[in-house]
Amino acid sequence: MLITTFQRTSIIVALLLFGQSGWSATVLVAVAANFSKPMTDIAAEFEKETGHRANLALGSSGKFVSQMENGGPFEVLLSADEKGPEKLEQAGLTVPNTRFVYALGKLVLWSTMPDYVDNQGKILSTGDFKHLALADSKLAPYGVAAVEVLKNMKLFDKLQLFFVQGENIAQTYQFISTANAELGFIALSQVLENGKIANGSGWIIPDNLYAPIRQGAVLLKNGAENPAALALLEFLKSAPALAIIKKYGYALAQ
Amino acid sequence: MLSNTDLQTLFLTFKVASFATFLMLLLGTPLAWWLARTRSAWKGVINAVVSLPLVLPPTVLGFYLLILMGPTGTIGQITHWLGLGTLPFTFAGLVVASVLYSLPFVVQPLQTAFASIGEQPLEAAATLRASPLDTFFSVIVPMAKPGFLTATILGFTHTVGEFGVVLMIGGNIPDKTRVVSVQIYNHVEALEYTEAHWLAGYLLAFSFIVLLLLYTTLKTQPVTHQLK
Repeated sequence: MLITTFQRTSIIVALLLFGQSGWSATVLVAVAANFSKPMTDIAAEFEKETGHRANLALGSSGKFVSQMENGGPFEVLLSADEKGPEKLEQAGLTVPNTRFVYALGKLVLWSTMPDYVDNQGKILSTGDFKHLALADSKLAPYGVAAVEVLKNMKLFDKLQLFFVQGENIAQTYQFISTANAELGFIALSQVLENGKIANGSGWIIPDNLYAPIRQGAVLLKNGAENPAALALLEFLKSAPALAIIKKYGYALAQ
Repeated sequence: MLSNTDLQTLFLTFKVASFATFLMLLLGTPLAWWLARTRSAWKGVINAVVSLPLVLPPTVLGFYLLILMGPTGTIGQITHWLGLGTLPFTFAGLVVASVLYSLPFVVQPLQTAFASIGEQPLEAAATLRASPLDTFFSVIVPMAKPGFLTATILGFTHTVGEFGVVLMIGGNIPDKTRVVSVQIYNHVEALEYTEAHWLAGYLLAFSFIVLLLLYTTLKTQPVTHQLK
């Protein structure tokens, strides 16, 4: 039998349109700003390994939580804390028993100036800086941790006058990277490249100065039926993903 | 009800808007006059530049300002050289940004008002040997009064509603850069909906009343009526 050109074209179009649909799906993920770099790498690996696609929306966890409470479209939430996912769980917006801690965040005191921040943070008590950037502690877990560090160092009252606050950790980074703030507290993942602080100078804050930043992930109701959403949450616990998470300076939960 | 912090942000917002409006009238009046009268080839270019904030996302403006006004930016180096330090995270910085952001709302009504005055009143003033300054204050200002009113109110209210630029260069400092729009945003993000509702309600009522006053006052003395 001869296949007409029309039939041939139809087959090709059908293959292009539906060829992968049984196997690959797309998941919409809300990602806390501090996790944007590792998550971009993880999403690329995820696509390679599973054929599914992950579309990332980057922003502050608080905003994502309020958007979800008002019918937001996200299927997976990677929050900067455990509070957000817990709140959504209580509101019945998540799939039960899908919540887990995917990473423990690390805080760094960072400046674009080389040799400005010493490795004990003495600059905080001796420095002549005018601006100390940190994320708003009302909105961002990294801001909470920064305040805790300053309180433990007994410097909070003295330095409060110099605070400039970013709405989230990405904006805080922007304040410092444009040198408008001489130094500030951000997520280690934002300045780490190949295991080293790539630019300027920094002090990785010791764990005993702040409570661990336990970053929670959860499957949202929207994604309950989406194979890509389930696969992504599994992938986050896999060895390749954990290696990426560690590479960006996070610790792993247990 | 409103907390003290919320009241502070309202007060600061009106302070920024007042300073900015004053500066915009000072800068905008000669600029609008020139734009209304000139036949220069530059008219189109200057008009386009002044109107840019109407179409640019405020975040773009804020991002450029953060870089330009920072220690490595051109404006930042000039202010540093003048001994003023850098402008981001300061009240002055917020006023400067607001002037750039709201200027078209002041220039455009003024420009329209000036253009509609036409040549005749000016020629009449000249035959009476009025000095340019005298002409300006006794002929142009009274005739362009609705234009000045619109410019003042739109410049002020638009600055009150400013958000994206402040978010980029403000740093959320109480009493210095924490304005009401940012405070509302923070309330919403912190899921404090009650506080957000109160502040947002105040702002909505304020904006509506001001605009209502503007449009009802203007109706009684339209530009064309004065010209006859």
